[in-house]
Amino acid sequence: MSLTQEKCLKMYTDMWRIRLFEEEANRQTNLGNVVGTLHMYCGEEAVAVGVCANLRDDDYVLGTHRSHGHCIAKGAQSDKMMAELFGKATGTCRGKGGSMHVADFSLNMLGANGIVGAGIGPTTGTALASKIRGTDQVSVCFFGDGAAARGTFHEAIAMGSLWQLPVVYVCENNGYQQWVPRKNVAVVDSVADMAGSYSIPGVSVNGQDAIEVYEVIAEAVARARSGGGPSLIEARTYRFYGHSLGDEQQYRTEEEVEERKRNADPINILRDFMTERNWLTSADDDQVQQRAGDEITRAAKFAEESPWPEMGEVGTDVLFDAKEVA
Amino acid sequence: MTVMAFNEALREALHEEMARDESVFVMGEDVITHGGPYKVTDGVAEKFPGRIFETPIAEAGIVGLGVGAAMAGMNPVIEIMYLDFITCAMDEVVNQAAKMRYMTGGQASVPMVVRLPCGVGRLLAAQHSQIMESWFMHVPGLQVVVPSTPADGKGLLKTAIRSPDPVMFFEYKRTYTHKGEVPEGEYLIPFGKADVKREGEDVTVIAIGPMVQKSLEAAVLLEDEGYDIEIVDPRTLSPLDTETICESVRKTGRVVVCGEDSSFAGSVSEIAAMIAESCFSDLKAPIVRVGSPHVPMPFSAELVKHVVPEAANVVSAVNRVMS
Repeated sequence: MSLTQEKCLKMYTDMWRIRLFEEEANRQTNLGNVVGTLHMYCGEEAVAVGVCANLRDDDYVLGTHRSHGHCIAKGAQSDKMMAELFGKATGTCRGKGGSMHVADFSLNMLGANGIVGAGIGPTTGTALASKIRGTDQVSVCFFGDGAAARGTFHEAIAMGSLWQLPVVYVCENNGYQQWVPRKNVAVVDSVADMAGSYSIPGVSVNGQDAIEVYEVIAEAVARARSGGGPSLIEARTYRFYGHSLGDEQQYRTEEEVEERKRNADPINILRDFMTERNWLTSADDDQVQQRAGDEITRAAKFAEESPWPEMGEVGTDVLFDAKEVA
Repeated sequence: MTVMAFNEALREALHEEMARDESVFVMGEDVITHGGPYKVTDGVAEKFPGRIFETPIAEAGIVGLGVGAAMAGMNPVIEIMYLDFITCAMDEVVNQAAKMRYMTGGQASVPMVVRLPCGVGRLLAAQHSQIMESWFMHVPGLQVVVPSTPADGKGLLKTAIRSPDPVMFFEYKRTYTHKGEVPEGEYLIPFGKADVKREGEDVTVIAIGPMVQKSLEAAVLLEDEGYDIEIVDPRTLSPLDTETICESVRKTGRVVVCGEDSSFAGSVSEIAAMIAESCFSDLKAPIVRVGSPHVPMPFSAELVKHVVPEAANVVSAVNRVMS
């Protein structure tokens, strides 16, 4: 898929929608409306939009505990997502999943996942399904650099390569495994270097640059779709907030975070790229931000006004029940 | 009706379901070479090319792929060579397969069958002989199925493959060669429907898996003592057919619950507790459990004799509830 102004504008818009969604969710936790925890995606938006801009509606995506951005980039509705974070009946998962399990199966977004590295096998499985059925759907798995330490990473990628499955493994390496810098617990710096063990291409990209992500993923998706097998892409990125709510972040300095926000904000990087090409005027930019802001305000209002789940919901969806569906 | 061995009945069910539905496929270690470790997957590669995958030794990967393929609308039938190895894939079973439908508010369906050859077989000691039914009974979202005869094996496996939710399918290794009459063609046994394997008046013996056959042997011996025992085979431990079990208990008032697994926090214990709760006033004697002691499976044949319950254990348990 070639890069067009339209595509760039879509990525730019989605980055703002993600950024504002996360900031609103954070605000709602302070109001006591969003409970549990929140793993904010701010700073990493270029990865989700750069990947999903290459995907069709019927392509499969599985995510992580930090997946609000993946869901929005794949097309999920922000109002239903916010309602899910509130635990309301109108949420994407009817209030049964919460932040770590947001999913929209109508978009083949098969869910965030609360267990690190747990989506890699299932994404390889959706790719296996496509291969058996003979469709040209591509599966994309997002996971963090911490997941590369898990056995599921090795077991699943080994099978993805063995059977040449149409899957793209996207590692979001934000440098921290919860509270621990990657370098303290991993000898291999770049997760992309691990691709050689499975005889698949491994590429490391600047995950703050949506264009760079888009172009590398375009090649990996084209390879997967045409039967060329899997790829492992490492997007080197940075999270602007802590691991989750209440993270004191003693493992990094405020200066480091401020420097990254100044020099590596993915929104600024894409804005500069588009401005240079006269693809985005300042009026366009204002409009994008205004619209995204309005959407997220509406989402919060929708969530707030939505009803709580009925008590009977506790016992439904444990197993399939023909009566429930009928 | 055709007489066949338990593993042949399972194979027939698998072949029939694969012919019926193109979304059914097989995955597991060594499932093609030599027709699989237990010959259950024999012939699948020839008859259904492209629908059987011989995997690396990677249980978490295998079950993880199964979860994804199932969510994408396929029906994976996974073989875990020895049940003991499922511990390497507990996240995939417990946190993924079992929870997906609930966590997604009903969007996900994981129609996956995990076949679990279990129990003592050849003498392979503590890491190749476990049963662990109750581990999975404890997890909402999983169905736990334990066939005891070739016919039940066929009927329950066909239902398992058609189920929209994950099934943990227990196959006791020592029963693979047991023979019995099996209905031809379409034969489905619903989950949550216990089977009264022998009718009797004096004692209800609830028997799981191979304990059904051992209880039938015990019943013959007990006849000589003048005791007429009823044998109820739950067939599925989750869902559990409490109605059929309680009906029998109300009739006899005396209960023995038998399984090969350790009875401590085991499948028999849940059944015993359920009966105590639901039928206390019908009981004429305390419930007795028959199971293995709470020890790992030893290697030596002499020691194994003291672990795996046999017909004699059922006989003495019946004598206890009758005394």
